[in-house]
Amino acid sequence: MKGYIKINKENCKECHLCIYACKKEQIIPSKEFNSKGYRPVCFDDKKGECTGCALCAIMCPEIAIEVYRE
Amino acid sequence: MKKVFEKPKSLKGNIFHYCPGCGHSIAHRLVGEVIDELEIRGKVIGVPPAGCAVLAYNYFDIDMIEAQHGRGPATATGIKRVLPDRVVFSYQGDGDLAAIGIAETFHAANRGENITIIFINNAVYGMTGGQMAPTTTLGQKTTTSPPGRDTVLDGYPVKVCELLSGLGGTTYIERCTVNSPANVMKTKKAIKKAFQYQIEGRGFSLVEILSPCPTNWKMTPIESCHWIDESMSKVFPLGVFKDEVSAEVKP
Repeated sequence: MKGYIKINKENCKECHLCIYACKKEQIIPSKEFNSKGYRPVCFDDKKGECTGCALCAIMCPEIAIEVYRE
Repeated sequence: MKKVFEKPKSLKGNIFHYCPGCGHSIAHRLVGEVIDELEIRGKVIGVPPAGCAVLAYNYFDIDMIEAQHGRGPATATGIKRVLPDRVVFSYQGDGDLAAIGIAETFHAANRGENITIIFINNAVYGMTGGQMAPTTTLGQKTTTSPPGRDTVLDGYPVKVCELLSGLGGTTYIERCTVNSPANVMKTKKAIKKAFQYQIEGRGFSLVEILSPCPTNWKMTPIESCHWIDESMSKVFPLGVFKDEVSAEVKP
């Protein structure tokens, strides 16, 4: 694994721009609710393809994504 | 593993009140990142508008003074003239800058005031519920133009960058958008350049940002990003309209 992201579920507003930005389809919608009533996205890196490119974080309006890279 | 992306230090970290997918939040983050990178957090003064971004002072961890509706450039002019060593920017929407405040903007630009304006263009009045703005494109449906904007009744969209780049006082005018990661990076470069020109004392700079407004356009955030590409950027072409400094250096 070259990188990973941490999603702050309380900040996420379910706009799904990170899903649109991610080229590796590593971010998926979820069914859980946060305290504001939105259903935040979650990071699903089963194949370990995340490169830590930060495109999702650049696109995220809520600054809910932190990116870590080797 | 080291952290490569996090919240800029110039933002307080409060959850934004903007709708999901709004371009304002991205623009806030970019301004914050630029302030961090230029290390001007202690001497920057912001002027938020009336409009969706009226609560911008809740999010920026810098000095801010709220201006009257549309009078951001006039307030910024006053601050800059009294405190010339500070970096002053006004952050305005299209209802604020292109409608009620067009006179203040036009004359601040014409006087060549050494300030920076961040202009968010989302083609509707966002805060009041999606009414037609001066920048609404022809045929666009809004709550006050249900059949679509018509030239006979409502005139043509105001193109602020084209208007201001014809004035002698302006130094740097660019239009960009925040609908894809590449465009977000370009917008950040434009904002950084505008602030740098102000620090160097070059004069008036304005960065127009075409910003998605999914709630009032009645689209999903991703559809509104596509709409900017397909229709809005045809009416408001992206690019640098005026850059006096590069023009001086080139020949």
